[in-house]
Amino acid sequence: MTAIAIPASQRRAFFAVLYRDLYVTWRELPAFLAQVILQPLFLLFVFGKVLGSLGYTRHGYADLLFPGLLALTAVITAMQTLAFPLVAEFGWTREIEDRLLAPMPTSFVAAEKILFAVLRALVATLVMIPVGILILGSIPWRWSGTPLFVAGLLLGALVGAGFGLVLGTSVQPQRINLLFSLVFTPLLFTGCSQYPWPSLARLRWFQVITAANPMTYVSEALRGALVPRVPHIAPWICLVVLVFAVAGLIAVGLKGFYRRAID
Amino acid sequence: MAADAVEVVELVKRYPRSAVNAVDGVSFDVSHGEVFGLLGPNGAGKTTTVGVLTTRVRPTAGAARIGGVDVVRDPVETRRQVAVVPQRSNLDRSISIRDNLVFHAAYHGVPAHEREARADELLEQFGLLDRARERPDFFSGGQSQRVMIARALMHAPQVLFLDEPTTGLDPAARLFVWDRLRGLRDRGVTLVLTTHDMDEAAALSDRVGIMDHGRLLALDTPQALMRSLEGEGTLELRADGPADGPVVDALAALAGVDRVERVQAQAGDDAPSPGATPLQVRLYLSGDPAVLVAPAAVALAEHGLSLVDVKLGAPTLEDVFINLTGRALR
Repeated sequence: MTAIAIPASQRRAFFAVLYRDLYVTWRELPAFLAQVILQPLFLLFVFGKVLGSLGYTRHGYADLLFPGLLALTAVITAMQTLAFPLVAEFGWTREIEDRLLAPMPTSFVAAEKILFAVLRALVATLVMIPVGILILGSIPWRWSGTPLFVAGLLLGALVGAGFGLVLGTSVQPQRINLLFSLVFTPLLFTGCSQYPWPSLARLRWFQVITAANPMTYVSEALRGALVPRVPHIAPWICLVVLVFAVAGLIAVGLKGFYRRAID
Repeated sequence: MAADAVEVVELVKRYPRSAVNAVDGVSFDVSHGEVFGLLGPNGAGKTTTVGVLTTRVRPTAGAARIGGVDVVRDPVETRRQVAVVPQRSNLDRSISIRDNLVFHAAYHGVPAHEREARADELLEQFGLLDRARERPDFFSGGQSQRVMIARALMHAPQVLFLDEPTTGLDPAARLFVWDRLRGLRDRGVTLVLTTHDMDEAAALSDRVGIMDHGRLLALDTPQALMRSLEGEGTLELRADGPADGPVVDALAALAGVDRVERVQAQAGDDAPSPGATPLQVRLYLSGDPAVLVAPAAVALAEHGLSLVDVKLGAPTLEDVFINLTGRALR
């Protein structure tokens, strides 16, 4: 696949579509930031700061929460970036038609969506770092954990994009509200962002459920990178599971995309 | 000249879980610079045919080519050659209409400086310059249609496909769009339009293909199609009061009358009972309509009715359609 050269015109079409997305994001920057930051910001503030100050959480909880919230931000942002517009574009605005008729393979349109979602997720996650410092005073950081951090983050964004592609091509427009209650919320709370997975041993059934959520492995990988003293799933397991999850979700999502794009 | 602008050969499309073919062995060619109309009721297979030609529908069998390029084998090159104006707006609502044009050109690799100039030129041509910076959210159907045609022209396509280009537009907007489409024809752009509107097909098309149930029933110039009903005409009559069967029977009995059809009340009326509205009928004739006016008036007078309105008609595409399918288009 990589040996096949992509014609310049198709590359141009791909980047023109990406540029369109970046252009719209740039013009709606405050809305974008509000959308991606508010939720983790409040979680961070209430669970990391308020509960800690009131003595309801143990010292050090903020340290294990922070990587989890980065994971959550990466996955959820990528998912939202892809799923909601896609449901609308295939459902009622039909905006995507102009891009599907651009001179490039249909898969490029999906690939652009994935790339854009990953970019937005990375920006949103990186913004969380200064926000974390601001709220918590300090954040856990290990330079030696950077490679694992970057890998976990990228795979996390890709997992989110994969989820977004699957949901965006399978959910009917009139069901878009169900996305929130039936998909986002469970995903949000079973992804081990607020608790480390090994500690769930005491709640075995919930541990099994969380093991089925790919976001768990993002949270655990980032914890392994930033706060290795907290018990966590071995990083290599996280990365292997995530690679398979990404491949599976994107394969299913692409299939759905083709089904919606071409009759 | 090289290959035809559009070639469709024995095209078949059957959608999954469907018992019948949506398109059932359709063949036609469109030459460069021609305006080709696909006419038929909803569900006739027009939109599916255009979908195949614009790479959005995968054919079950047969072949389709744009400028010699096979649409299935090389969809990317096909997309370079065509532009599509859909029936319903699919404009990008996040950006201004000018940006809609500019980005469309960018997708198609038009160089940056050319994009800007071309966008301004087309916005001007389509009377959109004063609204160029607005987003398309609150545009009316006619305005969206104009923006979409302008957008489609940004990458100078070989063939422009228009799906029901003026359905739902008010008369002024409709004339404006027709006018622009004629302008495109004069500039040599190949147009393929689908419509269930006889007037539109007759007004714009060099040739018309009449489709029904996925098949192409006839294909010729509008004039030739109407000439196929040579010697036939219609006479539309309106009387000053309501009437029932005996009057209609009397009209049908006149020499030269093939059949009589009651003309429906205008759409939008609350469908008053036939007994309450003044009699309005269309007579289908095998001869010259003019000679039948007097006998018809007499027939009406015998039943105590006066003639208040008369319309003589040569056969229209609608009559051709009825003749081919045995039913009215709408």
